[in-house]
Amino acid sequence: MNAQKDIAEPSYLEYKGKYKGIFAWIFSTDHKRIALLYLFSILTFFGIGATLGLLMKIELIAPGKTIMDAQSYNAFFTLHGIIMIFAVVIPGLPAVFGNFLLPIMIGAKDVAFPRINLLSWYLYVTGVTLVVISQFAGQGPPDTGWTFYAPYSFRTTGTMLPAVFGAFVLGFSSILTGLNFLVTIHRMRAPGMTWLKMPLFPWTLYATGWVQLLATPIIGITLLMIVAERTLHIGFFDPTLGGDPLLYQHLFWTYSHPAVYIMILPAMGAISEIITAFSHKTIFGYKFMVASVLAIAFVGYFVWGHHMFTSGMSGTALYTFSLLTFIVAIPSAIKVFNWISTMHQGSIDLQTPFYWAMAFIFVFMIGGFSGLILGSLAANVHLHNTHFVVAHFHFIVFGGTGFAFFGAMHYWFPKITGRMYDKTWANIGLVIFFIGFITLYGPMFYLGFKGMPRRYFDYDEIFHAGNIVSSMGSLVLYSGLAIIIINLFASLKTGAKANSNPWGGKTLEWTIPSPPPVENFEEIPVITHGPYHYQ
Amino acid sequence: MNMAADTHRDDLASKTGMWLFLFTEMLLFGGLFVVYTVYRYRNPEAFHLAAKELSVFIGTLNTIILLTSSATIAMSITAIQKNNKKLALVLAGITILLGLAFLVNKYFEWGEHIREQIYPGSSVLALRGQGDVLFYGLYFFMTGLHALHIIIGLVFIGIVTGKITRNKITFDNYVLLENSGLYWHLVDMIWIFLFPLFYLIT
Amino acid sequence: MDFSVPAVLPYHIKSRAKMDNEKTHIIPYKTILYVLALLITLTLTSVAVTQIYLGTLTVAIALVIACIKSSFVLRIFMHLKFENKIYILAVVAVVLVLCFVIILTLLDYLYR
Repeated sequence: MNAQKDIAEPSYLEYKGKYKGIFAWIFSTDHKRIALLYLFSILTFFGIGATLGLLMKIELIAPGKTIMDAQSYNAFFTLHGIIMIFAVVIPGLPAVFGNFLLPIMIGAKDVAFPRINLLSWYLYVTGVTLVVISQFAGQGPPDTGWTFYAPYSFRTTGTMLPAVFGAFVLGFSSILTGLNFLVTIHRMRAPGMTWLKMPLFPWTLYATGWVQLLATPIIGITLLMIVAERTLHIGFFDPTLGGDPLLYQHLFWTYSHPAVYIMILPAMGAISEIITAFSHKTIFGYKFMVASVLAIAFVGYFVWGHHMFTSGMSGTALYTFSLLTFIVAIPSAIKVFNWISTMHQGSIDLQTPFYWAMAFIFVFMIGGFSGLILGSLAANVHLHNTHFVVAHFHFIVFGGTGFAFFGAMHYWFPKITGRMYDKTWANIGLVIFFIGFITLYGPMFYLGFKGMPRRYFDYDEIFHAGNIVSSMGSLVLYSGLAIIIINLFASLKTGAKANSNPWGGKTLEWTIPSPPPVENFEEIPVITHGPYHYQ
Repeated sequence: MNMAADTHRDDLASKTGMWLFLFTEMLLFGGLFVVYTVYRYRNPEAFHLAAKELSVFIGTLNTIILLTSSATIAMSITAIQKNNKKLALVLAGITILLGLAFLVNKYFEWGEHIREQIYPGSSVLALRGQGDVLFYGLYFFMTGLHALHIIIGLVFIGIVTGKITRNKITFDNYVLLENSGLYWHLVDMIWIFLFPLFYLIT
Repeated sequence: MDFSVPAVLPYHIKSRAKMDNEKTHIIPYKTILYVLALLITLTLTSVAVTQIYLGTLTVAIALVIACIKSSFVLRIFMHLKFENKIYILAVVAVVLVLCFVIILTLLDYLYR
């Protein structure tokens, strides 16, 4: 049906405008090109971060020094954390798939502020460059962990200022993206697309936008305070000057907990899209899904203290944060229930994105339950700062956001590139990756429970067997990742051409050509039905 | 490259975007208000005594200066809406002058403290005790960050003034002036809270 | 590249057309000046009040006055009184979030 239009208009990939060559990309304000700029940057940094992780696992395969000393290990886990959190998972789905899909899914030609969108990417690149500089300049790379806890972060001789300022700049990038998406959703939905006719991925981007907007400034100011401590000895977190290091933790986590909702909400949105598409059925409980997303974003603001249960907070703070933490789990559980119910009696098409979605639900639940264990005060005393926590957040962040990212990559690959990926290799990659994932992170629950601390390059011999299994898992996971990524790159060249709707989806992106033309729609559609109008 | 951006104008989107940005500024300073609250709670006497060392006169003067500048930029918008380009320019200009006056006052205020060796990291300040260190740390950091925002606001209004001159902002296309006004009012409101918290807790 | 106006106008162009038909609200100079006078009066009041020692009430009063001043700046100077109510709702929500963050933090410090 769109074949005539495919010939008439060039796709966004082929469009020739004012600039030539690389400048046609890095000066482009087209949301689709910006999305790919982000994809390229994020995949690069994910590769670096994953390699750092692999090297850490090789170090941990045996007690004592294996391939690096303690100071290097500290630098490794610091950089791994900074990259993965600030440069990969926080921008992650919004910057890549939000940028590409949001305008299309609401029937718009671009985001509200295309030039600010490009600025967001420039800020991203600036931020990560500063972080990279911190590795090579000064007296040595940062060794504080990605959490930059005071007072060590202003006493260490590691090169903190570029890293801290880099994180600040990355935060600014995130704020502008959130702002852009919020205005886009408020002002640019197609005629007839009322709020409750909007698909779920845009809804999650909306909720995420508010979190990006309102939480990120807090870490912005906190990082500036660390800069002031390091340069001016201002005293806010320095106990010798009257400051309280715990206040740093409060401020840091007031952002960094909502940050995990920035990571997971768009992931959940992508999963909703994938599950509805491959069940050929509308989402079960659309309104509850919307309400849950908003509830997670809202309640998620008020649970940060659960990162600080053993730091010395008052009893009142302890109970309050624990209670709020349990409450925030409820809307997530509602979403899982609704995803499963969507699949029930659906006409399931077993494809790679759907396998990713099912894997997501599995690991997300494990991650989530382990979060409830950590949210229980008494258990937390035993488990805090052990590998149990490491397992928890890898299951829920890598498992959650990561799996959703890979699912989204495969689901929207035909739309973005106009080609189909090789399904066999995609599935082989997924299986190998999944086996690696469980093998790598599963044992960490046991190791943590038995008392193995995190962020130590050495450990007691009793933990050795578990670490061997885990490190083997990292090699398998890394191989699986390689297969997945190489397959996608290869499919760019050799994949079969895809039409506008290879999956039989109902959301607006499937009504336009693959890859889309520059302005997305010949005519802005008029919406008369809900987003998942399967029969 | 992106045609859609150039060919449609959406003033409401522009204004909404500015409001959202203001929210980030509110949370940015909000973090500092958290720090202030905690340390004021823990050092009530020290904060009370240190506040006495600040000049209520300069603080009040600065408050009135900023409030007036908010009024002038608001009137500038009324002027442009009534197609009175000259008045709009005069009022925007007065706003900038008042903003500069604020900064000059701040310069003298800070200079006074710095001459007495009261500044973050100074040994004199450290000797005065932890409450004083925190009070003055917060004073310099918060008023300093605020002054930075005044400068940003003045640059914004300056750019807008240029655009009014060149008829890029007119009676039917003035959302940029409105937005600069919104930013300026926020900077004013932050000071409305900084003033009592530092000068009036005596 | 050809750009043809879409046959069906999106929301934003529709509402801009709507705005052109409605009279844009203009705040009179007098109103602004009256509000300024009020703000200055409130400022001087807060200075006067805090010269009297009232214990913890002193700061509370100063902050209440600051809130009143802010509400005038928001409603008149920043035009919120004449905008869609959703903006006031958003401002209130943001302030409440900030207050709640301060309260939760104080739950730690007050009860240590």
